[in-house]
Order: sequence, then C-alpha cells, then structure tokens
Amino acid sequence: METHAASHDMTHHENHIHHHEHPKLSFIEKYVFSMDHKVISKQFLFTAMFMAVAAAIMSTLFRLQLAWPGHAFPVMHYFLGDKWAKGGILDPNMYLGLVTIHGTIMVFFLLTGGLSGTFANLLIPLQVGARDMASPMLNMLSYWFFLIASIIMMISLYVETGPASAGWTIYPPLSALPQAIPGSGVGMTLWLTSISLFVVSSLLGGLNYIVTILNLRTKGMKMTRMPLTIWALLITAVLGVLSFPVLFGAAILLIFDRSFGTSFYLSDIYIGGQALSQTGGSPVLFEHLFWFLGHPEVYIVIMPAFGIISEIMSVNARKPIFGYRAMIGSMLAIAFLAFIVWGHHMFVSGMNPFLGSVFVFTTLLIAIPSAIKAFNYITTLWKGNIIFNPQMLFVIGAVSTFISGGLTGIILADSALDVAVHGTYFVVAHFHIVMGLSAVLAMFGGVYHWFPKMFGRFMNKKLGYWHFWLTFICAYGVFLPMHFIGLAGVPRRYFNNDLYPAFEKLQHLNVIISVFAIIGVLSQVIFFVNFFYSIFKGPKAEQNPWNANTLEWTTPIVPEHGNWPGPLPEVYRWPYDYSKPGKDVDFIPQTVPMEEGEMDEGEHV
Amino acid sequence: MINLLAYLALVLALILVFQLMRIYQLSAELKGKHVGKADDNDNRSQGRVMLIFVFVFFAGLIWLLFDVRGKMLPPAASDVGVISDNVFMFNWVIIFIVFFITTFMLFYFGYRYKKQKDSKAYFYPHNDKIELIWTVVPSIALAVIIIYGLSLWAKMTGTPDTKALVIQLYAKQFDWTARYAGADNVLGKSDYRLIDDASNNTVGMDSTDAAGWDDIMVKGEFHIPVNTPILFKCNAREVMHGVYFPHFRDQINCVPGITTELHFTPTITTDSMRKITHDTAFDYILLCNRVCGSGHYNMPMKVVVDSPDEFKAWMAKQHPFFSHLYDMHHKQAVATAMK
Repeated sequence: METHAASHDMTHHENHIHHHEHPKLSFIEKYVFSMDHKVISKQFLFTAMFMAVAAAIMSTLFRLQLAWPGHAFPVMHYFLGDKWAKGGILDPNMYLGLVTIHGTIMVFFLLTGGLSGTFANLLIPLQVGARDMASPMLNMLSYWFFLIASIIMMISLYVETGPASAGWTIYPPLSALPQAIPGSGVGMTLWLTSISLFVVSSLLGGLNYIVTILNLRTKGMKMTRMPLTIWALLITAVLGVLSFPVLFGAAILLIFDRSFGTSFYLSDIYIGGQALSQTGGSPVLFEHLFWFLGHPEVYIVIMPAFGIISEIMSVNARKPIFGYRAMIGSMLAIAFLAFIVWGHHMFVSGMNPFLGSVFVFTTLLIAIPSAIKAFNYITTLWKGNIIFNPQMLFVIGAVSTFISGGLTGIILADSALDVAVHGTYFVVAHFHIVMGLSAVLAMFGGVYHWFPKMFGRFMNKKLGYWHFWLTFICAYGVFLPMHFIGLAGVPRRYFNNDLYPAFEKLQHLNVIISVFAIIGVLSQVIFFVNFFYSIFKGPKAEQNPWNANTLEWTTPIVPEHGNWPGPLPEVYRWPYDYSKPGKDVDFIPQTVPMEEGEMDEGEHV
Repeated sequence: MINLLAYLALVLALILVFQLMRIYQLSAELKGKHVGKADDNDNRSQGRVMLIFVFVFFAGLIWLLFDVRGKMLPPAASDVGVISDNVFMFNWVIIFIVFFITTFMLFYFGYRYKKQKDSKAYFYPHNDKIELIWTVVPSIALAVIIIYGLSLWAKMTGTPDTKALVIQLYAKQFDWTARYAGADNVLGKSDYRLIDDASNNTVGMDSTDAAGWDDIMVKGEFHIPVNTPILFKCNAREVMHGVYFPHFRDQINCVPGITTELHFTPTITTDSMRKITHDTAFDYILLCNRVCGSGHYNMPMKVVVDSPDEFKAWMAKQHPFFSHLYDMHHKQAVATAMK
C-alpha cells in the first residue's frame, strides 16, 4: 500500500480538496497494521502501559523484600513460583533479575518508546499541519519492532536460567559470563536481542520525526512558530539518532565477547576454576560506549516531557510560555551538552581523574539551561489565570520533581562528592525523581490533555485529581527518604540491607518507602479504570475542548486518515497568543490571520 | 475455589467501579457540571490543595531531616573525607535555599493565580534581562561549586604520598583479600593464571618474584595505621567489583585486567570512633559497590584503624604467604649480615 506522502508532493498543492483514492481499508489495515500516525501512537501507548504495569509489579516485589527481608509473601510466590520464590521468599538471583528488567523496561520501553512513541506520533503531523508522517510505512515498522522487542523482553523473564541480572546497565564481565550469574545466559542473549530491535524501532521513528518536522510543515509554519512540543520532539529525535547506534555498537561487541571468543571487554579473568584466554580488553570500554548513549538517553526521556509541560502549562495558565526563544535555546544547549557529559557516570570506573574533572565541568554547565527552564516554567505561572484541569496538576508536579531531582544532580556531578555516594540509594533517588517522577508525571499530563484528541471524549476529572494527589504524594514518599539511606552509605542492588548494624538504624525508612510504593502503585488503578472507562463511556468532547491555539485542535473531533478533510490549515502566528491584550477572547488559534498593525510575538519584537 | 472467588470478586469490583463512574457522570450532567473540564470550584479547591501541599511537603522533609539525626554516618574518618563533608555542606546550603524558594514559588503561584470568575492573565511572553540574570547568577554559583569540588578531587586523585603504605584489595565472588606489601612496600608480581584456591593462592602470586616473598594476605578483616597515608591497589578476579568505604567517603571500581588505585589517610582509630559514636560494636567496613552476582550484598570486609603500635603488633602476628621462601631469604640475609 503506497504511502500518502510519497505519492503526493505535499508542499505544493494544498489549496485543493484532497481526495482519498484508495479503497476502504480492512479492519487489519486500519487498526492493526496501520500506517496512520494516530493509530500508531495509540499502539505505542497501550504497549508501553502494559510494559509499565509489568515493571511496576516487579518493583513492588523487590520492595517487599527490601522492607521486610526474609519474610514470606504469598504474592511473591504467586508471581515467581517455586523456582524464584520458594516459600514466598525472593531468590537473590531473581532479585537482581527483577531490578534489571524493571530498569530496562522503565527507561527504554516506557519512557522512550512510550513517551516519544506516543506523543511524537500523535502530535507531530497534527501540530505542524501534515497529513501524516513523511514515511507512514517506516512509522508502522517502528511500532512493530517496538512490540516484538517488548515481547522478547517479557519472554526473557520466563527462561530457566532467569532474565538478564547484571543491572539495567549490564556491565561486562558480569553480563558476558553465564558462569558469573545465571541471568547472563539465555536471559542476557534475549535482552540483547530485544534491545537491538528496540534501537531499530527508535531509529525508524526518530528519522521519521525529524524529516516530517523539517519538510512537512504547513504554509506559514516557520520553525519559530512551532509549538515547543515539536521543538522538544525534534531535538529528542536528533539525540536518539546520534546516540542509539552507539548502544547498538556496545551491544554488538558484547554479543561477540559472549558468543565468538573476542576480548573487547574481557581480560585476565579467572572463573569457575579456569583462567579464560581473553586478554587485552577492558570493561571500561563498555562503560564509555554504554554511557555515550546512556546520558543522552536521559535527555531523550525528559525532553518530550519538557515539551508537554510547556504546552499544557501555557494552555491552562492562559498565558504564553515565558521565554519561548530561551526555551528553545536551552533545549538546544542541553542537547549539545548531553553528548559531552557521559563520564559523570564513570567517576569511579578507574578512568583518568583528569578526564573526570572535564566531565565535572561539562556536567555542571548543563545545569544552567536546565535551571533556566525551571525558572521559565515558574514565571509562566506568575500572573496567570490558572485552570486546574488534571493535566495542569501533573505538569506542575513534573516541574516540582524536576527541580527536586535536578538539584541533587549537582552533588552527583561533583566527582569528589560522587565517590561518596555513587552506587548508593542517593543515585537511585535522584534518577527516579527526574525520570520516574518528572517524566512520568508529564506523560500522565499528556494523556489527560490529549485524550479528547485521541478518543473524542474526556477523562473523568475527579478521578484525575485523586490519581494526581495520591501518585504525587506517594512518589515523594518513596524517593525523599531514599536520599538519606544513600547518604548513609547503603549501596544499591543489595538483596538485603539489614546485614550491617550500621544500616539497621535506617531500616524504618525502607519500610516507609515500601509502604508508599505499594500505595502509589495501587493508585494507578484509578488511572487505568478512568482511562479505559472513558475511552468508551467518557463524556463526548468538542473540537477544541481546552481552548488551545495549536493546530491539532482544528481537525475534526477525532480526525480521520489525512487529518483535515479539506485543505491543510495555514498558519499566521505563533502558538502562544493566550490572553493577548486588546482581544476579547483569551486565545487566538494559529490559523487566525494577524490583524492590521498586530505585532507577532513570535517575531520576538 | 478460593482463587475463583477472588477473581470473581475482582471482576465484580471492576463492574462496581464502572457503574459508580457512570452514576457520577449522569448526576454531574444533570446538575450541569462538566465531568472532564475544571470549573471555578475545582480551581479554588485544587489551588488551595497546592498551597496546603507545599507546607506538608516542607514539613515532611524537615521531619525527615530531624528523624535521621544520629542515624547517618559518623564524622568522616579520612583526611579527604573531612574536606568532602565540608564541600557537601556547602553544596547542601545552596541546594536547600534554591529548593525552598523555587518550590514554594511554584506551588504558591498555582494557588495565588488560580482562575476565579473574571480573573485575567498577564500577557508576559519574555524578558531578556531577567533571563540573563538567572543565567549569570546560577553560572557563578556553579563555578564556585566546581572550583571547590575540583580542588578536593585533585587532592583525592593526585599523586599519592611516596611513603604511602601499599595494600592490594583483591575482590572475587564473594569475598575480599587484602595483601600487604611487607617491609619493601612493593607488591610481588601476580598473574591470574597462577591462581590456585586449593593452596590459598587467591590472587595468583608469582613465587619467582622476590619482592612478593614478604607479602602478607588476610581475609575477613584488615588493619591500617591511623594518620598514615594508605595506597590501595584494587583488582578483581572475574567480574567488576567495587571498593567502597562509606566512612572514609571514597570508592573505586575493581576491574578485571586493570589495577585501579585509591588513597587517603585515615584519621580516627576504631577505638576513638567507638567512643565518638557511643557504640562499642562500631566497625569500619569495606563494602562491594559494583553489582557482581548473587552474593554482591554479602561480601563485606571489616576494616580496623589501629594506632601505630597496635598496627605493628597486629602485623607481627601475620605470616607472609610465601613464608618458607621468606624465612629462607631472611635466614640468608641474617647469615650474610653476621659474616
């Protein structure tokens, strides 16, 4: 089936009605193997939601062990059976397996595939005024690679020797040697297969996003009239295209070391009574390759969140986002710097300390554009006219957690301080607050906000309020105490924290953390019930329910293939004319022409 | 049977919730309230909760700060650790000031500028001057932080004292071996192909290297003399491990194929620290801090900081690994000297 964009020259003939020339699509073509970006975005969302539930269950299980070590839990046995939870007590190898797969799923499948995949696919064509992505075929493939990668990752939980268990960072030699830990057998092979396919999915998607944004903007949609969501998704895609291939390279070298006797990462190893023959390799090479992706990856996670926050905040504060150009500039600065800070994950790796100090410098530099964004968000609220739709609560929560988590990053960026807390719960608290809280809260906000666009209905706001406050309070309840445990020297990835008298004094914090975690995870049921109920029975939405300016709200309530039944819209102004003085309505869609003598703030006069 | 009932109860609960949602929706529609969009009542109540939240949040944080007093690490017990704690405090002061101000503003503005009736927003798209201010001020603060931190880093990672006591920390699944370099302060050569656990040659010491004949290996606990610079040379047998001394505020990975280094001067003996912490059972500890397998959580090594005399006494009780070679060499040296 030919793609729209390929068969029609999109840029030149948008003044006449666009006719659909192909026959009616079958159910499979419309809803399963769909090439429509809106269907693909929902496919990403549903798959990511499923994966997130699985990963959340995993974290609940290992939090039970951490708060009440050695206690028998029937639920542990229910999920893990006799093999991995004999008598209801978690097996130490499976503990590491759950921790590994939890991290892998959350970082890659939820926060990259789920966040970028859902919102880039949904919003890019709609907000730039295109019929669909530049290549709907590659877009469809990007989802199906994502699904296959997800399935393989889930299958890896069920193999006899267990899933990959070397942490989501899978450093060799632990991840290279099945003799070192059972999960480094078949489980690790499946992990590598899954992630390789995931990288393919990301690249296909990312290339599409970039090309669509650069080439398929509608008439009048200059780069400086694009909503910040699009800027964010563009920059995210560029980050991904440049950094994921390096992870792929790291994985290939690891596959070779595991299966073909090479020694990229291995040297001087004695295991199982045998001196292995590999010499000359270095695990530190893997760390460099991994973190060269790993650091940009966290910005790939947070950037779409930035875009979503900007959009939802301006709509619901009825005010332009403060400092549109500064927001773009700061995202560009963050993206550039993201490539030269990876070594701050490696201060204790044994690498040359001078190299470490270079990374300290660049990492603290990256704090500056991040701070600017936070200040701009706060100023957007100042003297606003704030409507507290659930999505607004979520993005305010996302800003709060970005501030909290970002500030502890300052400690970790400082190598001399990092060596006191690297690998402890301090790090775990930091990255969960910025990724698990900030990005996830923004993602929830995005779901509530664009739900009418996806499904033509509203989600229930009362349930939304409960969902937000329970999630937000439990989230801080989990991760705030965790900082103290880390500062007290408790390492991460420890099966049991109460073997050491020194840690006993803080064991009560482990209990508090696990209790909040359980309540927090259960609170998500409210969201799921609301989400699925509202898809079918939510109150019907109108065309522009939030009185927003961006182009997605100018399509029919639930747009069909091709998005606009008539010609593509033309854009005359930037998207942030909210509460513009001298107007009687507090919003002016981008499709409304400028009046005589009206200044376009987008021109930054 | 009980499982079936449990599933049935779950399904019925879901149906119940759905029906409740339906009822709520219908009654809201009858009352003219919107189910999905916030109205002024919502703005007022959520705005208030925003303000309440920020105070509860701060109270919770302050409660935590008080709760953990006396339960965190004791004062740093190394020269660089003491400076580290000062750098930490400097950072925390800046961080907490920024945190309290920005977080309060965020939630307060949410409360203060909630839409009510005919309120309006102020069209304020940009202000380049203020952007400049809040670019320059954080830059200055961060520059100070960097300089302070890097000066400590230079101390921590600079050339170790030439007279530092050399000790190898050798990690394997799942324990540590500490190897002292003996009177010559030079570790004997070792090779992973010479490892032989049956004869306790854990690190693969090479008996042909005379420098290793006075090397002493210990497991379970190792001792270091206070106020003496120590240079740790770290190795790993099969996977990466991590040398982590929380009390000395320092760590380094152990990497198979590479020798990594860590150095500091311990400043508080175990006895003194027991007095400081009012804990007669206190001990310094070496923890593995790089995930290394199922026993990762259970491979500590006790560290004892002795006074110089106690250390001498402890060392005198240890025997070199190649004790027969050492004794032979030692006898020869004595015989030569006596000639």
